Amino acid sequence: MRFVLTKNNDGATFLMKVVLQDLTKKYAGRSGRGKEEVTAVNRFSFEIPDGKLIGLLGPSGCGKSTTLNLISGLEKPTSGRIFFGDRDVTELAPEHRGVGLVFQNYALYPHLTVRQNILFPLQNLKGKEKLSKEEMERRAYEAARLVQIENLMDRKPGEMSGGQQQRVAIARALVKTPNVLLLDEPLSNLDARLRLQTREEIKRIQQETGVTTIFVTHDQEEAMSISDLIVVMKAGVVQQIGVPQEVYDCPVNLFVAKFLGTPPINVFDGVVKEGALYIGDDRVLSAENVPDGEVYVGIRPEGFVPAADGELSCSLKTVEVTGRDRTVVSTHPNCSNVQIRSIVDAQTRIDTAEEIVRFHLRPSKVHLFHRQTEERIAFRVGEENRK
Amino acid sequence: MKKANLKGWLYLTPALIFLGVFLVYPLVDVLIYSFEEGYNFASQTFWGVGFYNYSYVLHDPYFLQAVKNTFLIVLITVPLSTGIALFLSVLLASIRPLRELFQTVYFLPYVTNTLAVGLVFMILFKKTPYSDGLVNLCIMAFGGEAVDFIDGPYWAKMFVMCFYTIWVVMPFKILILTSALASVKEDYYKAARVDGTSRFRIFYRITLPMISPMIFYLVITGFIGAFKAYSDEVAIFGTDLNAAGMNTIVGYIYDMLYGNSGGYPSYASAAALILFAIVFTITVINLLISRKKVFY
Repeated sequence: MRFVLTKNNDGATFLMKVVLQDLTKKYAGRSGRGKEEVTAVNRFSFEIPDGKLIGLLGPSGCGKSTTLNLISGLEKPTSGRIFFGDRDVTELAPEHRGVGLVFQNYALYPHLTVRQNILFPLQNLKGKEKLSKEEMERRAYEAARLVQIENLMDRKPGEMSGGQQQRVAIARALVKTPNVLLLDEPLSNLDARLRLQTREEIKRIQQETGVTTIFVTHDQEEAMSISDLIVVMKAGVVQQIGVPQEVYDCPVNLFVAKFLGTPPINVFDGVVKEGALYIGDDRVLSAENVPDGEVYVGIRPEGFVPAADGELSCSLKTVEVTGRDRTVVSTHPNCSNVQIRSIVDAQTRIDTAEEIVRFHLRPSKVHLFHRQTEERIAFRVGEENRK
Repeated sequence: MKKANLKGWLYLTPALIFLGVFLVYPLVDVLIYSFEEGYNFASQTFWGVGFYNYSYVLHDPYFLQAVKNTFLIVLITVPLSTGIALFLSVLLASIRPLRELFQTVYFLPYVTNTLAVGLVFMILFKKTPYSDGLVNLCIMAFGGEAVDFIDGPYWAKMFVMCFYTIWVVMPFKILILTSALASVKEDYYKAARVDGTSRFRIFYRITLPMISPMIFYLVITGFIGAFKAYSDEVAIFGTDLNAAGMNTIVGYIYDMLYGNSGGYPSYASAAALILFAIVFTITVINLLISRKKVFY
């Protein structure tokens, strides 16, 4: 059976787009004297399409949790507006917005059973919205079944695993059929195996309910794997919004390029001269339409192709075998990464006795970034590198 | 006995000796005293064994008065002081500015000497031929009639006693409860707010259960402490508590040992064991209730 989100029996499924307009949140500086204002979120504008799963991604302290709190209504923005559908909810208290919130540490009430925890939000309903006991039980059961914990209803949170607790927290957030489901680092407290399992679970639940979901994470792999769209933030400012693959393939700046992908992108100091890109003394690619000058060169691990006549030569350190592919670990004086990690085919033979390894570069995996602004510079690959 | 066992006992010996001399022996001694009839303190002799001491104590009007006083103090002050302390702690937890100042102010009685506080209370409440006392001045300002709270009617004295007790035990309870409240994670409140939980329901369904172990601890220690009250009474009413009609059970025990009518360790022991029985019973009842009401 599908879990259908309806309200007041009007039959309409509730899908909500969320619009953020110029959202800004400033905090007064901590403790007395140095009253320095901290801008946690800076002019965040974004229209979240309904029924999608959005990953809000960024390093710790980049304002992603604050953004979530602004959407939930737990915090008031300094300026800017928030719309759910066509309704301006900026001034609304959290309970009138219809949001479900899931916390990193679950925040389940430890003294209540799973059933009581899930019932808790329903019991808060007053007046016209008040439900009969049977209806509450029915909805609680339905939510529990959605997250597959219906056989654990009488347990206390302390008697369950982290993954199960997180499911209960999601059920509790969903039981009031919210317009928007917000997840704050939902997987961070789980161990690696459970994390993988639970993120699939979140994706499934989201697809089954169709509820617009925004989830915050600092784990790029997590965000990439389940999100329909990812939003990369840094220091309160949105860097890039897009489909995960697109953001990975065309990062707008060096920060986004570095933040996405494991192993991370390898960054070299490079120079563009007369339509060609140089790393050190090696002329590695033809790069047309780029003004001459120094640039950052970002090369994805899968952008390296070992070849005897390769343009880029690096000092070989080791080759790590994972079975599925190989990781060539090398160094280069012009690379700001301590080690260059390049992922190559398992069939590729590399002589580990050699001291030098040479690579061809895949042009689509090479990104140039402006030396000062660190923004991406589009370039056209010359004839010689098109194959 | 195995060698390892022997070693273990050896390590335990100092503690066992200490406990034996200062805990077990006195306890047994009190038990023995309480059954020795006609014990003479000077000659250390007695002429019989039986329940006479208990019978005497239980028929002594001073003891009955002491029991009545003690129970009144316990039943009035423990719930009231815990309730007020909880109320003040919640208030303290909800304000930001001046919180530390208030915490310090509320904590002051805890570090103040009992007798000094008693003196202040006496000055506030006492009515002498020369002055009515501050409290009576206030009562008269509102058109009431002056009452002597220290040497006057029983209810007035009991009122001062309870007022004083509550005031003295409050700081410790506030200290415990504010830290208990601070230990409740913010996320619980956030989750509750997003769900539109009313303030009262948040307090009743989340805060209260979360701090219930601490409340329970305060109630138990509060009961035990109030049953053992004595010095507070002396601080306000002086050493002749029987004359003031404000004696407590512990006061009665002290009087039987060292007071003007003292020199009767057998009566004192019997009274002490009766007090023990009362405290024990109340604590067991408390524990049974807490099983149902306290979480974790």
